[in-house]
Amino acid sequence: MALLDVRNLSTSFHLRSGIVRASQDISLTLEKGETLGIVGESGSGKSVTCYSIMRLIPEPPGRIESGQVLFDGEDLLKLSETQMRRIRGRRISMIFQDPMTSLNPYLRISTQLIEAIRVHDDMDEAAALKKSITALEEVGIPDASKRVLSYPHEFSGGMRQRVMIAMALVNDPDLLIADEPTTALDVTVQAQVLDIIKERQRRLGTAVILVTHDLGVVAGTCDKVQVMYAGQVVESGTTDQVFYDPRHAYTRSLQKAIPSLQAKNEALYTITGTPPDLSKPVTGCAFYPRCPFPKIRDRDGPAPELTALADGHCVRDCGYCDRSQPIETVLEQDIIAQDAS
Amino acid sequence: MVTAAQERLTAVPTIEEFEKGSSLWVDAWHRLKRNKLAMISLFLFLGIVLFCVAGPWFSSYDGQQQDLMKGAQGPSGEHWFGTDTLGRDLMVRTMEGGRISLLVGLVATVVALLIGVVYGATAGYLGGKVDAVMMRIVDTLYALPFTIFVILLMVAFGRSLWLIFVAIGAVEWLSMARIVRAGVIGLKKQEFVEAAVSLGYSHTRIILRHLIPNVLGPVIVIATLTVPAVMLLEAFLSFLGLGVQPPNASWGVLINEGQQNMEIFPWLLIFPAFFFALTLFALNFLGDGLRDALDPKSAKD
Repeated sequence: MALLDVRNLSTSFHLRSGIVRASQDISLTLEKGETLGIVGESGSGKSVTCYSIMRLIPEPPGRIESGQVLFDGEDLLKLSETQMRRIRGRRISMIFQDPMTSLNPYLRISTQLIEAIRVHDDMDEAAALKKSITALEEVGIPDASKRVLSYPHEFSGGMRQRVMIAMALVNDPDLLIADEPTTALDVTVQAQVLDIIKERQRRLGTAVILVTHDLGVVAGTCDKVQVMYAGQVVESGTTDQVFYDPRHAYTRSLQKAIPSLQAKNEALYTITGTPPDLSKPVTGCAFYPRCPFPKIRDRDGPAPELTALADGHCVRDCGYCDRSQPIETVLEQDIIAQDAS
Repeated sequence: MVTAAQERLTAVPTIEEFEKGSSLWVDAWHRLKRNKLAMISLFLFLGIVLFCVAGPWFSSYDGQQQDLMKGAQGPSGEHWFGTDTLGRDLMVRTMEGGRISLLVGLVATVVALLIGVVYGATAGYLGGKVDAVMMRIVDTLYALPFTIFVILLMVAFGRSLWLIFVAIGAVEWLSMARIVRAGVIGLKKQEFVEAAVSLGYSHTRIILRHLIPNVLGPVIVIATLTVPAVMLLEAFLSFLGLGVQPPNASWGVLINEGQQNMEIFPWLLIFPAFFFALTLFALNFLGDGLRDALDPKSAKD
């Protein structure tokens, strides 16, 4: 049995202006010790999916419409708030994007770590302090035993993010959800933070969901990848499948948009346009207006289904465009067509 | 890795060796110390409190002891502040009146603080319909005219010092609740509150340990400014004869007595009024200083 088995999870926000379907029909499975990467641009429903798994969606206006979140065989969506509280921070933990505001500015680091331990564990203050110091050392805070009594504002952004990770990992959770943990950090610190997470995972078999827009990070850390667009999973599979054999037009465009190191003088590739407004129903393929490939047929057909190929690689194969050629050629044709007109 | 951590743990056995970080409160205290006016006000206020609380113990007179033979006398070596029309020593009367005025000010503020902070934080944190209902109650209470409210209370329950606490507390917590609610609504969007939820903390814990300490800055400022406001209200009630009843005195009562004979026995008005005004000044300057110290961003304008 998988550690986490999410089935057809849909979350929407009921606003005065209408219903925003932030994530639709998400399914994913995660085994102990595995890492799943969720990629996609801003507003594609990555964070909403994670928040829904932990039931952190503010209700109202948010609402989990349907689906199941089976964690260790138990449906989290059916638990009471009190039962859920026992799972949060103890069995499932979360790391947030902005290290500058994710610690309480008025409490000492030690107080915050001790609180995180003692809420879930019957442990005396001194033992909890020792455990906190160990936790800080494990995430590479130098002189942890001296600095544990500091306040968050005395730490740099990278150190605060490490404290946050220490807090999330201090109760040895089975699942860690990292919501863009490295976005606000500079590149060297990014690598350190990812190493800390990977090291923990190797040692304790923690499963990790890593939300990011950095495809490089995904390639380096994840076992499986889900690509999300407009609240839907458009492609999922092992990292190798998605990277070496991308099927969906969006995945291929994303890959094309990774800045490569050699091309100095070329303009960087960007996906034109903006993601669709999720408060309006999407007909046909959500990516249609931005798709760089030649269109085969008009948009007003049925919405494409996520279908599995033989090797478990899933694609929401639209059939609206012709993806027989690499994007480069398509682009050149575009330019020629523009020059001609 | 674990053994290295353990080694270091044994190397640092006592808590005294830890570097203690300095909290935002300590920073605020350093800023306050540099504000001369606020520091003078602080010591002045503490001086007045000491004078009123400890003063009567060192005086040979009793505030209730009348000496009709003396009647009203001006300040002299025997009675530094003079005596009132019943021959009571005005200095002791001023001190004892100060005790009551300060007590009303502090107790009513503490009551207002407790109710206002908990109420406002709960409304702000829960939000939605609960918040709307809770704040409409506050609006309704705000709309009641204060004097009529107090007179009704007095008529219903008779006159007592405790009723004054209740009446003033019932009015002052309203603005406190609004300020705390506004602060909490701003804070609850911050990630550390989300992080607290994701760590499995209960709502009560989040409100009490994570939200309230963060709005305490403005609350302290408002509290310092509420004390003089409350004292003024008490003086106003006493002046109208609705507050503290003779033979007990408060500064409001003394000022009322003083103004009746202000042309013949001016010292009866001057001394209590001086101490009252001084206290109000000190507290207001202190409140201003605290606001600058606790919120350095807004202090520049």
